[in-house]
Amino acid sequence: MKILVVDDEADVQPLFLQRFRREIREHEFDFDFALSGEEALAYLHERHTEIVLILSDINMPGMSGLELLSRIRHEYDTPPPMVMMITAYGDEENHRQAMDRGANDFLTKPLDFNLLKEKLKTFNK
Amino acid sequence: MGFFYYLAAFIIIRRLNKRLKGSSLYPKWHSLLNVASVIAILLFFGIHAAFNDGVVDLAGAALLAGMAYYADKEEDLKDWRILFEPTYPLIGVGVITGLIELLVNSFYEKYDTYFQIAVTAAFVWIFARWAATKKQEEQLKVSIERRAELEVLVKERTIELQKQKTELEETLKELKTTQSQLIQSEKMASLGELTAGIAHEIQNPLNFVNNFSDVSAELIDEMEEELNKGDTAEALAIAADIKQNLEKIRHHGQRADGIVKGMLQHSRASSNVKEPTNINKLADEYLRLAYHGLRAKDKSFNADLQTSFDESLPLVEMVPQDIGRVLLNLFNNAFYAIQKKQLIAGPDFKPSVSIITAKKGKSIEILVKDNGLGIPDNIKDKILQPFFTTKPTGEGTGLGLSLSYDIVVKAHNGKIDVNSIEGEFTEFKITIPV
Repeated sequence: MKILVVDDEADVQPLFLQRFRREIREHEFDFDFALSGEEALAYLHERHTEIVLILSDINMPGMSGLELLSRIRHEYDTPPPMVMMITAYGDEENHRQAMDRGANDFLTKPLDFNLLKEKLKTFNK
Repeated sequence: MGFFYYLAAFIIIRRLNKRLKGSSLYPKWHSLLNVASVIAILLFFGIHAAFNDGVVDLAGAALLAGMAYYADKEEDLKDWRILFEPTYPLIGVGVITGLIELLVNSFYEKYDTYFQIAVTAAFVWIFARWAATKKQEEQLKVSIERRAELEVLVKERTIELQKQKTELEETLKELKTTQSQLIQSEKMASLGELTAGIAHEIQNPLNFVNNFSDVSAELIDEMEEELNKGDTAEALAIAADIKQNLEKIRHHGQRADGIVKGMLQHSRASSNVKEPTNINKLADEYLRLAYHGLRAKDKSFNADLQTSFDESLPLVEMVPQDIGRVLLNLFNNAFYAIQKKQLIAGPDFKPSVSIITAKKGKSIEILVKDNGLGIPDNIKDKILQPFFTTKPTGEGTGLGLSLSYDIVVKAHNGKIDVNSIEGEFTEFKITIPV
């Protein structure tokens, strides 16, 4: 399962690669990364068919995660990728907006990687 | 007519005696003068009996001249010279009359009436002069009294003025204290606005610290497994990862450290120490703090933050926490402006704040631009005034831009330019000489 992680913090990349070391080695998951909403859209433009799931931060400079979500829901509906939103602001309003715009799930920082792993494995099945 | 000279001498001596009464000189001169006055009269009778009129006149003139000369030389009598001076005409007249009587008696006999008139006039002159002198003295006395009164008044006024000066100095001191308190409370107010932003900014590196240390612990378990299996190559690869993670932990720890230090610096009273500063880094840091600060208060708020940093900017000598405050203030204002516009504008409004740095000649420019409400023309010249604010009471101190002006213009010899169209955009340009 190919997962695109969108976050403006570059160190998220080695973190995910290490956290999912075993899964990656066993080809259960495959990660790609984008540092901004714009970069994520450009990536999807090239190879949206490969991507099954998108994990996106909400607060990013430039295009916000919510905007990215709207664009994805608008432009890529066949087949629709799963989108999980991640934010440091786990408030009602953010949650509601994310769900309204069609997010499949909503996670708050700091990320519980065990929980995330569970969720991803559930999605994979 | 010869009697007039001796009479004048008598009267002068008597008058002097009278004037001296009450002074410290009186005991010494009292009897002397009494005797002298009698001698003057006796002298007349003596000379008159023995000699002709011409000699009487000359001797009378000589007596007066001698008295005037004596008064002039005698230290005790120097204040009373004015009594003797009016006798000069009489002395002159006496000498001329006496000489003419003695030398050309026929001429005298012919015109004796004129000589008598001259002697009488010179005699009267003495009393006229005395009267005039007395009047002058009275005027002098009045003016001396007046002067004394004025001096008292001036003294009173001086004391009053000095009191006022002290009061004003006190007030000035109080004002200065109040001013520094206001500056400090403005700092604390902006720090309050920052708190949420700071919390967010610290949370991110802390998450990394926690995550990388967790994952490193897992990696060590895996490394042990690999070593037990004898796969040294894989174990070494894992060790390299762990090493990299430790560097990341250190990096993010320092990042959090830097944020806390910056926060402390911001709240501390300005040290006014200029140091070479990377403006791009400073601007980026405060932009994030301001954004996350507002973001934490208003969850629905989102803005497009555009940064265009001139990477070739040199380090510029400045007080970083002061310029940081200026930038923070400009960012907060920009966010406030787009936030307010968002409330009235349609859904198509894309709020945006941009910061641009550039080097222009011998100065650097920092441009903070927003597409918010803009500034109405009628308040453009007021925005830098202390206590001017368009925010509701309690929300703004009205000191932000005024303090920014002081920091940029007074402390850094720079300038602040404002360009805005109401409803369209606002652009603040800070220029600081390198």
